[in-house]
Amino acid sequence: MTLWEALLFVALPYASITLFVAGHIWRYRHDKFGWTSRSTQLLERRWLAWGSNLFHYGALAAIGGHVVGLLIPEQLTHAVGISEGAYHLFAAAAGTVAGLACVAGFVILVGRRAYFPRIRRTTTWTDVMVYLVLAGIIVLGLIETIGFNTLGSGYNYRPTIGVWFRSLLWLHPEPQLIAGAPLVYQLHATLPWILYAVWPFSRLVHAWSLPWQYVGRPNILYRRRYGLARR
Amino acid sequence: MKVRAQVGMVMNLDKCIGCHTCSVTCKQVWTNRPGTEYVWFNNVETKPGLGYPRRWEDNQKWQGGWKLDRRGRLRLRAGGQLRKLLTIFWNPDLPTIDDYYEPWTYDYHTLIDAPLSERDPVARPQSQLTGRRMDVKWGPNWDDMLAGAPETASQDPDLAGLQEQVKLTYERTFMFYLPRICEHCLNPSCVASCPSGAMYKREEDGIVLVDQEKCRGWRFCVSGCPYKKVYFNHHTGKAEKCTLCYPRIELGLPTVCSETCVGRIRYLGLLLYDADRVREAASEPDEKNLLDAQLSVFLDPADPSVQRQARADGIPDDWIEYAQRSPVYALAHRWRVALPLHPEYRTLPMVWYVPPLSPVVNALEGDGYEADPDQLFPAIDAMRIPLDYLANILAAGDREVVRQALRRLAGMRGYMRKLEVLGVRDQQAAAAASLEPSEIEAMYRLLAVAKYEDRYVVPQAHSEQAQRLAELPGSCGLDFDGGPGNCGALPRPAQGINEAFMVHNRKAGGHRFVPLPVVGSEPGQGR
Ligand code: HEM
Ligand code: SF4
Ligand code: SF4
Repeated sequence: MTLWEALLFVALPYASITLFVAGHIWRYRHDKFGWTSRSTQLLERRWLAWGSNLFHYGALAAIGGHVVGLLIPEQLTHAVGISEGAYHLFAAAAGTVAGLACVAGFVILVGRRAYFPRIRRTTTWTDVMVYLVLAGIIVLGLIETIGFNTLGSGYNYRPTIGVWFRSLLWLHPEPQLIAGAPLVYQLHATLPWILYAVWPFSRLVHAWSLPWQYVGRPNILYRRRYGLARR
Repeated sequence: MKVRAQVGMVMNLDKCIGCHTCSVTCKQVWTNRPGTEYVWFNNVETKPGLGYPRRWEDNQKWQGGWKLDRRGRLRLRAGGQLRKLLTIFWNPDLPTIDDYYEPWTYDYHTLIDAPLSERDPVARPQSQLTGRRMDVKWGPNWDDMLAGAPETASQDPDLAGLQEQVKLTYERTFMFYLPRICEHCLNPSCVASCPSGAMYKREEDGIVLVDQEKCRGWRFCVSGCPYKKVYFNHHTGKAEKCTLCYPRIELGLPTVCSETCVGRIRYLGLLLYDADRVREAASEPDEKNLLDAQLSVFLDPADPSVQRQARADGIPDDWIEYAQRSPVYALAHRWRVALPLHPEYRTLPMVWYVPPLSPVVNALEGDGYEADPDQLFPAIDAMRIPLDYLANILAAGDREVVRQALRRLAGMRGYMRKLEVLGVRDQQAAAAASLEPSEIEAMYRLLAVAKYEDRYVVPQAHSEQAQRLAELPGSCGLDFDGGPGNCGALPRPAQGINEAFMVHNRKAGGHRFVPLPVVGSEPGQGR
């Protein structure tokens, strides 16, 4: 294990996870007022219709794919009778669709931010940072999905990167597993840790607020200001 | 029966002079901040006209408010909870800022810094969204007093179906002003539209607010309100709305728009209502019966059984007493001359309007005191402001309701003329208005001569009940970065002191209020 490997594949992930957790606690306790999607739909709606929908549905599908790919061991999918070939085919097809939607949406969103002065004025430095990192992650991911898996011969990351990722969670890091992966894969696995580190301090916190509690909730909510005696 | 109190408002449209003082004073207090430049919690529209935002009344397009589904159940017009979650990344029904107007300022420094020169320097308009120079093409009140009406007024949604009747030619034009604030509805669709549960109605006084710490900027309340009275602060990314000046109301003071109203057209008062019957009333199948349905939700504060239940439900005795003196209850329920704005939206709005009568009377009265009901009543039907137009605004298209209210008002005028000029109490005129003479005189006093204390009958909040809790950490939801402030504890001013307006008194005493817990929802108010 070289020093670089230790830094990138062990230290960075743990530093990032620490910041991620502590940052969210801090943000929630001290800045609930800043916790919002910071919607810009009021200022521009037509580009956003395409950009936001394509990006979000694409990104959420891609995130779902990652959860399956990284957290579920290969043996498990084999055990339930999904062959490596079938898994690979499905992942490449779904990943390509999700990835393309995500990229198209992302390009529209960033283009919109650059093109409309109204929106440009609402952009913060944190936004810029998030867009840069996201751009890197998405482009690398697309090269993998389309370049390696759809057009090329494919690279099975599940026995290497997948196991490395889980080894971080078990607190038994095995960086040598990822050290052998292609460079694109290594980069794609490293950049997100930077994203997680900025996440709690950026607008991305809105992702945790998906208001699922709304489903089944009563329509009208009442609150009481003074503790009046009530029956 | 579950008794709750609500602070309601009535505006007498006959007396609004369209001076916009209410809008300006409201803006100075509440929306004079970055991100709210385009926001007017109070605005005054000229009718006929497009309004603010343009054509807000066209809920075929904006999908605000409620509707009944095929089985007669009350549903948000914009669709249910699942649909909201699926369209959360982009809300199909949201107006853009251009539907309101692009806010602007002027480059005043060109005036201040101008060197001595032959010609006067000019300050040019500058967009408050981009900071760039702009051409002003629309504003919050662009069609004031029918400006541009030949081009725009015919697009007034309330004129739909009336094109034959309404000729917007110069000789036959008509207009009146419609001042608007949030309706603080009994059945607020903004609250129901908010997926985060950040919006709520206060149990004590019915005021509808946005919890700034819980709002996540999903912006469904903005489109969900059929009156377009929730606004998106594009600087903070949170929704904001008229607060009915609750820091003042809690002190027993009228709202800023009422306090400063030049025409003295506004009335504030308590209404007791049966919270258990709100949903039923809003689900009334026939739109034209919604007025009666809403009136039937109001409870008679003089009825001992209502009083007993009100006490059991925690309403303080002085509030019950204030409710009995409520000018809003009198105008809306006792005399039925005030009507709700667009009852067909089914939110059970709580700012009601006395329809304007002046054009008829002015045309007939000419020179003196012959405002005789016998002449006035036929004139109401031939009024320049078509009854059907008023009915589209105030009665879900039911012209009979508007006619009744106008007949009463006209009858009152005829009766009072005779009384003032000839000194006779004309029983016939009273009968024509279908009111007892004593009632007519009371109504006249309230509409024509009422003093400050008679127009604004607002009890103080029982803040001593909050003091106990004031030590707990939290926030009142106004005191955020860039917010209007005012999170101090409420001092109880001596009776009669009206200057105690506290908005500038930020963080007085260092107390912060408890975050308001959600204490529950209506039984039967489920989806
Ligand atoms: C599942 C939960 C999520 C919800 C409900 C959600 C919702 C939203 C909403 C409502 C907006 C504002 C759109 C507008 O301008 O009106 C937004 C913006 C944004 N979201 Fe999400 N989002 C979610 C997850 C995510 C995730 C996982 C990411 C990134 C990895 C993300 C990245 C962004 C970005 C970058 C923007 C800014 C778009 C722009 O204006 O340029 N969101 N989101
Ligand atoms: S008028 Fe006010 S209370 Fe009624 S739906 Fe609109 S914002 Fe909500
Ligand atoms: S201040 Fe009163 S009279 Fe003037 S526009 Fe407002 S409501 Fe009308």
